[in-house]
Amino acid sequence: MIDTLYHVEAPEGVDLALRLAGPTPRAIAYIADIAIRFFFYIVASFPLRALLDDVGGGIGFMLMALGEVIYPVLFEVFGDGQTLGKRMVGLRVVHADGTRIQWRASVLRNLLLFVDWLPGTYLFAAASMLISRRFQRIGDHAAGTLVVYAEAPEAVQRAAPAPSSEEPAAPAIPLALAERAALLAFGGRSGTFSAARREELASLATPLLRAGEPAAAQLEAVAAHLRGAERSLRGAAERAR
Amino acid sequence: MRQEVFERERAPRWQHFEALLRALDEKRASDDFPRQYRLLCQDLVLARDRQFDAPLVERLNALALRGHQHLYAARIAGGGFLDLFLRRFPRAVRREWRLVAWMCLFFYGTGALIFYFTLRDPDFVYSVVGSGQVAEVEGMYDPSSEHFGKPRQATEGVGMFFFYVGNNVSVAFRTFAGGILFGIGSLLIILFNGLALGAIAAHIVNVGYGGTFFPFVIGHGSFELSAIVLAGVAGLRMGLALIVTGARSRGEMLREATLRCVPILYGMTGMLVFAAVLEALWSGQPAIPASVRYWVGAGLWLLVVLWLAFGGRRWRSA
Repeated sequence: MIDTLYHVEAPEGVDLALRLAGPTPRAIAYIADIAIRFFFYIVASFPLRALLDDVGGGIGFMLMALGEVIYPVLFEVFGDGQTLGKRMVGLRVVHADGTRIQWRASVLRNLLLFVDWLPGTYLFAAASMLISRRFQRIGDHAAGTLVVYAEAPEAVQRAAPAPSSEEPAAPAIPLALAERAALLAFGGRSGTFSAARREELASLATPLLRAGEPAAAQLEAVAAHLRGAERSLRGAAERAR
Repeated sequence: MRQEVFERERAPRWQHFEALLRALDEKRASDDFPRQYRLLCQDLVLARDRQFDAPLVERLNALALRGHQHLYAARIAGGGFLDLFLRRFPRAVRREWRLVAWMCLFFYGTGALIFYFTLRDPDFVYSVVGSGQVAEVEGMYDPSSEHFGKPRQATEGVGMFFFYVGNNVSVAFRTFAGGILFGIGSLLIILFNGLALGAIAAHIVNVGYGGTFFPFVIGHGSFELSAIVLAGVAGLRMGLALIVTGARSRGEMLREATLRCVPILYGMTGMLVFAAVLEALWSGQPAIPASVRYWVGAGLWLLVVLWLAFGGRRWRSA
């Protein structure tokens, strides 16, 4: 399966999944960073010149010359792997073993940005990312870093499981493991689909369905059964009758 | 165990773990954290193995990942700035002594060669350096120009300091970064700088401005030129790691080489900052007689050599 999931094996024997970010979101974040930096240069240069004269001019020149290294390194080290642009897009730099980025790796990957920029069009970075299995540009290869999607807060904040709206119902035929997984996935996600799409997807599972009734509700009932939802008292009473 | 039972039973534990994570984000550690993290990892494995639904697995994965990042926040044993500059940096340089020797040969060797050619044939300078730059350099070191003899304003010196840092450090960073192209980038930049330096120095002698040029450059040259050479060394180390891989993969060799280079990168950046201090506040002071500046300059060169040769050396007890 072609997938952008990358698994890091933690010492606890568990595989942690990271979602790798491809060239497009990274380019968007990078362009945002450039815009932010230049806006800062322009805003900073006037007071520097006006208040500090020669010294301000010198500082301004230094910031311009070294900003493409200083800015990302400071933000990555103190901002948990996120420059402002990466924060906007929802990306994060981590070490290849999934740990937080530190000075050393950040300095290396950002120094080598100069080579990724060659020949003036970021062609090296693009080529390197496209032939890399983990979307690494040259600087990422040398520093041993990855750019991944920052975990969405809503994924972490998932509250108690939504109570099943359907009475759980055992499937009409025995199910293989993969089929159970597919039904569970459908049950978990069906709330995020539109009603028509939900129905369209569910209607594919013909062996499980009683014809003539809404397909999605039937599958949700099976999924609820597989999750181990308990029958409500009303349902149990009806069944006993 | 079915999913709903599992979720109901473990939810309080996960909420507790989230609270621990939030506390860690605010730098409040807890003794309970490692144990809770291991329990959470077990729950994640279980949830995957039982094929529980994707949102649950994703949530547990996200929690475990954050826990992993807190537990294994790689703390690099650093002894601070003093330890870096007095010990780790000179050691890292000595470890690459062969490359240092080669780079010195490339840089100072080409410089000396071009110096010799340009002395014999003064027009040779124009085939190395553009005529505009030659005129600019002549203007800078012309003893009759008015900026000599006039003491510099203090603020002007400080402004120049930042200018020198910006310029030299970005050149050095490029010299290093170019090395990842199999060493070619570093070599080209070092060779070109050696060429330009030799040609300009000889041209200055040819036009008779040596009396202002050499006392100016000898002071900060010790730190500045050595730092550029070391940037080239670090770059070449990276490039060689991609060429001579032995029995290991290129990626592995590259990452090991860059790790070895990092103290050199920090050290040479520090050297360039110090060189800029010298250049801005010492080299350009016309009030100091040339002979003093020659002696101090020679002393600084000796200091650099001794520092890199002996800093952090462990003496065997006799």
